[in-house]
Amino acid sequence: MTAAPIGARRMWPLRAAVLTYLALLVGLPVGYLFYNAFSSGFGAFWRAVTQPAAVSALWLSAKIALVVVPVNTVVGIGAALLLARRRFVGRRFLDLTFDVPIAVSPIIIGLALLLAYAPLGSWFGPWLARHGIMAIFSPTGIALASMAVSLPYVLRSVVPVLVEVGETQEAAARTLGAGAWRRFFTITLPAIRWGVLYGVTLTLARTLGEFGAVLVVSGNQSKTQTMTLWIANEWEQNYNELSSFAGAVVLASISIVVLVVLSILRSREKRLHVDIA
Amino acid sequence: MAGGATLLVGYLSVIVLLPIAALAAHGLGLSIHTHGAGLAFWDWSVHTDFAAFWSAVTQPNARAAIWLSLWLSLAVAAVNAVAGIAIAWVLVRDDFVGKRVVEAVIDLPFALPTIVAGVVFLFLYGVKSPVHVTLFETVTGLLVALLFVTLPFSVRAVQPVLASLDGQAEAAARTLGAGSFRTFRTVVLPSLLPAVLSGFGLAFARAVGEFGSITLIAGGLAKTTTASILIFSLIGAGKPDVAASVSVALLVLSLLLLAGSSALARRISKRLSS
Repeated sequence: MTAAPIGARRMWPLRAAVLTYLALLVGLPVGYLFYNAFSSGFGAFWRAVTQPAAVSALWLSAKIALVVVPVNTVVGIGAALLLARRRFVGRRFLDLTFDVPIAVSPIIIGLALLLAYAPLGSWFGPWLARHGIMAIFSPTGIALASMAVSLPYVLRSVVPVLVEVGETQEAAARTLGAGAWRRFFTITLPAIRWGVLYGVTLTLARTLGEFGAVLVVSGNQSKTQTMTLWIANEWEQNYNELSSFAGAVVLASISIVVLVVLSILRSREKRLHVDIA
Repeated sequence: MAGGATLLVGYLSVIVLLPIAALAAHGLGLSIHTHGAGLAFWDWSVHTDFAAFWSAVTQPNARAAIWLSLWLSLAVAAVNAVAGIAIAWVLVRDDFVGKRVVEAVIDLPFALPTIVAGVVFLFLYGVKSPVHVTLFETVTGLLVALLFVTLPFSVRAVQPVLASLDGQAEAAARTLGAGSFRTFRTVVLPSLLPAVLSGFGLAFARAVGEFGSITLIAGGLAKTTTASILIFSLIGAGKPDVAASVSVALLVLSLLLLAGSSALARRISKRLSS
């Protein structure tokens, strides 16, 4: 007689409890979101998301992402190469710096940027303002805040893959006379491509979805309204339930696409984990 | 290579290190004054105003908000740890139609922008609740929203470890006459505990800092003002230095609590496996 692992029999009460918990905690709210946005008809939904303010907010979010994602991708890959391949003084400090945005509240990240770069009463803001640079209460501030909160994702996705693929192929290419850039583009980058894409997807999702840090540095002006700020503003200032919900559905649909992409990438590269987000 | 490293350090300084330094300095009332025109260091003096920090963080509203954030986040992380084990258990050891959908649903709170969650919870559990559950301006409302946004942490930490257990030790314990619960407590739980703890820490940190998903359902009452909500309202009231003091206190206390809970978990882990 072989003894089964515990819980192999009599599984259904636990299964029922878990499924009920998930249905109430996640299924109900998400189902309600989509139901409510479309309950006044698709036409009303479409008018809400195509009104000028919504379009310009979505456009600002896209522009911010177009700046933030490439910068943080290059930074993330560079730092991953350093952390995975080199031993140097300050390595631990570099590693910890990338964890700050995950460990610290987005509101506090926003406040820290404010205290460093706001035009009045900050460390560098007055000097920047004298040189005509508005680093806060401007799209620049929103880009800075988005860069800070989405900093770790490429690094955290790439490092485990880099460690896994090792250095033997690069070393071989080096003995054959390939330069550093050639080795990077022909050997390293193809080996870590799924990890990079995974990190890029997470960076994009975080940039489009960030609210707290961006709210603090935006100064609440209409020219600095990203999609998330517009959704909040439509409810808090204009009491426009339908607009808020329609905007929320647009962002929620993007997150569902993001989830699908992430799950495809995970099936390509087993070293990728969900838990870094 | 050296040029790249310099650029990296410069970038990190601009977006993270200098702002955090500015936050700490403003929060602790640290200021640097120069005397005269010289830039030499002997012309400078560092002035600390620790009394300002202390009076800022001991204000009744600051104390109440920090206290609420800490205990609420501990509660959320604890519920999550238990729920996480149960969910991971079902995902690893059970098989049923639609399991892949459940797998995908777990990650949704990660991908969903926090303000989207905030809007949904405000309307689902607001004054016109379609399910007749009103949690507007209640701590329970905050709890539900925080459980939602931190759901994946424990599950995703525990799941791979549980999947790596082959069940032989459990089978042995069963053959030796241990009941289900005893087998779980003495054989399975000790190996899961490090993963549970890391999920607990991530969920706690996320809950302490959370803003977007709770700000709407919190309304404007004192009893639902968490530290992050208070910090935001202090910024809006033109008191960024007070906000910085509260931030510093919150960060220090969260770090201490995390260190304490991991020490506690190590002791529990030792006792369980002996």
